[in-house]
Amino acid sequence: MVPINYYIILSAILFTIGVAGVLIRRNALIIFMSIELMLNAANLAIVAFSSAIKSFSGQIFVFFVIAVAAAEVAVGLALIVEIFKSKHSIDVDQISNLKG
Amino acid sequence: MSGELILFLTLALIAVATALGMLMSRNAIYSALFLVLNFVTVAIFYLLLGAPFIAMAQVTVYAGAIMVLFLFVIMLLGAESLAGEFNLQKLWFPGMLALILAVETAYLLVTKARPVGDILPPEAVANDPGTLVELSKALFSSYLLPFEVTSILLLVAMVGAIILTHKEKVVKK
Repeated sequence: MVPINYYIILSAILFTIGVAGVLIRRNALIIFMSIELMLNAANLAIVAFSSAIKSFSGQIFVFFVIAVAAAEVAVGLALIVEIFKSKHSIDVDQISNLKG
Repeated sequence: MSGELILFLTLALIAVATALGMLMSRNAIYSALFLVLNFVTVAIFYLLLGAPFIAMAQVTVYAGAIMVLFLFVIMLLGAESLAGEFNLQKLWFPGMLALILAVETAYLLVTKARPVGDILPPEAVANDPGTLVELSKALFSSYLLPFEVTSILLLVAMVGAIILTHKEKVVKK
């Protein structure tokens, strides 16, 4: 028997690591992976709560989140490939065309 | 300390270590592989929480499809590592923000976290096929509209990805 808040704590730690990844890294691919990590941490919290109230509506919600994440990755990676084609770099500091 | 708690703590340690490994790796390939390991660990957590369907979806969609796509793109671009990404002069401000967030999270966890509400033991839920039947019944009755909208979303994402990377071919006559 694992108390539910252990899962919430783990989820919070994983989410914080994901935010740190977005803040610290400059490689666009790794920033994208950090976003996936954050989505995953949120999913873990949702499933933990859904299991605690003995309902499966949370699982259905997580299923939709996974589907949306898959769509997001397909479009996001296509965008990164396009940026790499024009900039020859995926350093997010280099993407500053709109900077005055 | 029960066996399940020991299993949880071991898996939690692996999950946090692989997430940190993803964050710290200089090579993006290693980051992606660490993230695969993290996703598999989270899938095991889903099994412990009595959500076998989500666990399998996690392994096939996240650890399978999404991460293979990531690895393909990393190798396609040849962008495994950026020069000078760990330059300390550029890193101090975002690093400070991340540190503040980590301290806030740790403070909340230390002050607010109290053990409440036990999770059911996994054998009571996970191996019960009734849960899966109920889940699919709900998915195809009360959640039918979101389900169909998701399929349209996936179609649009697929078309969008193809159009974004499609190269216009000039046909000369």
